[in-house]
Amino acid sequence: MATENKNLSALLNPLSKDNPVIVQILGICSCLAVTAKLEPACVMGISVIAVLAFANVIISLIRNTIPTNIRIIVQLVVVAGLVVIVNQLLIAYQYDVSKQLSVFVSLIVTNCILMGRLEAFAMGNKPWPSFLDGIGNGAGYAIILIIVAFFRELLGCGTLWGVQVIPQYCYDHGYANNGLMILPPMALIVTGCIIWAHRSVNKDLQE
Amino acid sequence: MTTIVKALRKYLDRIKPQFQPGGRLHAFESVFDGFETFLFTPTTTSRSGCNIHDSLDSKRVMIIVVLALIPCLLFGMYNIGYQHWLAIGSESFHFWELMAYGFCQIFWKLVVTYAVGLGIEFIVAQWRHEEIQEGFLVSGILIPLICPVETPIWMLAVATAFSVIFVKEVFGGTGYNIFNVALVTRAFLFFAYPSRMSGDEAFIALKSTLGLGEGQVVDGFTGATPLGQVATFVGDKLTLTNSVGDPLTYWDMFIGLIPGSVGETSTLCILIGAVILLATGIASWRIMLSVFAGGFLMGLIAHAFETTTYPATMLTALEQITLGGFAFAAVFMATDPVTAARTNTGKYVYGFLVGVIAIIIRTYNNGYPEGAMLAVLLMNSMAPLIDYCVVEGNIRRRLRRLNSKA
Repeated sequence: MATENKNLSALLNPLSKDNPVIVQILGICSCLAVTAKLEPACVMGISVIAVLAFANVIISLIRNTIPTNIRIIVQLVVVAGLVVIVNQLLIAYQYDVSKQLSVFVSLIVTNCILMGRLEAFAMGNKPWPSFLDGIGNGAGYAIILIIVAFFRELLGCGTLWGVQVIPQYCYDHGYANNGLMILPPMALIVTGCIIWAHRSVNKDLQE
Repeated sequence: MTTIVKALRKYLDRIKPQFQPGGRLHAFESVFDGFETFLFTPTTTSRSGCNIHDSLDSKRVMIIVVLALIPCLLFGMYNIGYQHWLAIGSESFHFWELMAYGFCQIFWKLVVTYAVGLGIEFIVAQWRHEEIQEGFLVSGILIPLICPVETPIWMLAVATAFSVIFVKEVFGGTGYNIFNVALVTRAFLFFAYPSRMSGDEAFIALKSTLGLGEGQVVDGFTGATPLGQVATFVGDKLTLTNSVGDPLTYWDMFIGLIPGSVGETSTLCILIGAVILLATGIASWRIMLSVFAGGFLMGLIAHAFETTTYPATMLTALEQITLGGFAFAAVFMATDPVTAARTNTGKYVYGFLVGVIAIIIRTYNNGYPEGAMLAVLLMNSMAPLIDYCVVEGNIRRRLRRLNSKA
C-alpha cells in the first residue's frame, strides 16, 4: 500500500504541486520557443513525455552499474539516443510539425527537466516508479505548454489548432490579432500569469 | 465659496462612517479615502516617531505635470482638426471648428484611458487594503497624447490595462515600477498592432465627427509623418512634405502643424511644458539638458556621415530633435522620477544615453522610424545600474581620500 501511494504521488505530484515548469521553473526556454501554436506545443509535450519516461527507465535499470564520476555523460548519451529516435519519428510521420519545431526537438537533450529527473529520481529508484515519474513530469511540462499555447494562438492568430475560431464578424468590426502574443516575451508573461494563478490557489507554495 | 467647501466637508463627514470597517460600503473605503484626500488636505498625522512632511506631496507633483501637459493637449486638438481640414482640401481654417473636431477625437480616448487605468488602481488598492495612489493621473493624460489619433479606443483600453497591471501593479504600485507606464502602453500597441500604429492611415483623422469636417480626401493625399517619410525615402535629395504634398518649413516643424502622435508634434508647446516643470522644480533639468545634448550630438555625427543607405542621416541635428517624439520624450518621459536615475551624475549619463540611443535607433534602424520610446525604455532598465556605478565610484573615491590622509 505504501509503495502504491508513492508510485501514485510520483505520477500525480508533478502535475500541480511539484510542477517542473511553474514550481521548479525548469524548461522555461522551450516553453517560450514552441508555444506560439497549439499543435507544435502538443507534439513537443508528447516528445518530452516519451523521452523522459524511457530515459528514466533505462537509467534506473543501469543505475547500479554507472560509475559515479561519469554518470552525467552516461545520462546524456541515453537521452541523446532517445531524442534522435523521437526526432526521426517526427520527420517520418509529422514532417510539417517537425519543421516548425526545428532545433527544439534536438534541444530536449539540454532540457533541465530531463537532467533533473534523471539525477534526482532515476538514479535512486526502481524502473517502475521511475517510469511513472517520467510520465508525470513530462505531463506536467506538457500541460503548461498547452495552456500557454492555447492563449498565444487564440489571441495572437485567432485560431486554435490551425482552425479559425474568432469569427470574421469581429475582424470586420475592428478587432485585430495581437501581434505581441506571437513574440516570446508574451509567453513569459502568460507563464507568469499561470504561476500567479497557481500560487493564489496553493497558498503553501508562496514564498 | 467657503459655504460650498463647508457643505462638502459636512457631507463627507456625514457619509464617512459608511465606508469605515463595519459600514455598509466598506468595500469602497479606498475610493472614499482617495476622493477625500483629493478634495481636502488630510488632518491625520503619523502616530509614531518624528516625521517631516514636505508640502509638495505626490498629488501636487502630479497636478503640476498635468498642467504642463495642457498646452500640448490643446495644441494636439487643434492639430488634429488642422490635419483633417488639410486632408479634405479646405482653404478656410476656423479655429473653434478645428478645436471642436479635435476635442471630439481625443475626449473619449482620455475618458477610456482614465476609466481603465484608475479602475484597475482602485480595485487593486481596495484588494490590498492600501490607499489609492495618484500615479495614474499623469499616465492617463500621457497615453492618449503619445498615440496616433486613429488608434481604436478598445486597443487603447487593452494596452492601458496591460501596462498598469504588468508594469505597475505587479511591482507594487506607484513608485515601484521599473518602466514608464505610459511608454509601455505605447510599446505594447506598437508591437501588438503594428499595422494600426504606423504607416499612412494612423496619424490623421479622416472621418467626420458630429457633422464636423465632412468632405472627401484630396488627391495626392499621404498621411505619413515626417519621420515616416524619412524611413521609406529612396534617393539622395530629401524633401519633407505635409499630407497634401507642400514642402514643410522649419517653422512648421517647430510649431507642430505636422502629422504625428497627438501631443508630440509641437516642440513649442513641449518647451512651454518644460518651462513649467523646470520653474516649479518638478522635473530634473540635468536629465532634460543631457537628453537634448545627447540627441543633438548624435544628430551632428549622423549628419556628418550622410549616406543614402540611411536616409535619416540627411536630417540636420536640429531637425532630429524637433521631429517625432524626441522632445516630448526628453521633457515628459525621460524625466519621470520613478524610472530615471536618482543620482546627479547618473542623471547626466542616463539622459545623454537616452538622447544618443534615440537618434541611433531612428537613424540606423530603418525598421523603426522613431526611437525615442525604445531609447527611454532601454535606459529605464539601465538606470539602477547607472546609479549603482555612481554610488560605488563615490564610495571608492572617498575611501581613497580617507586612506591617503591616514
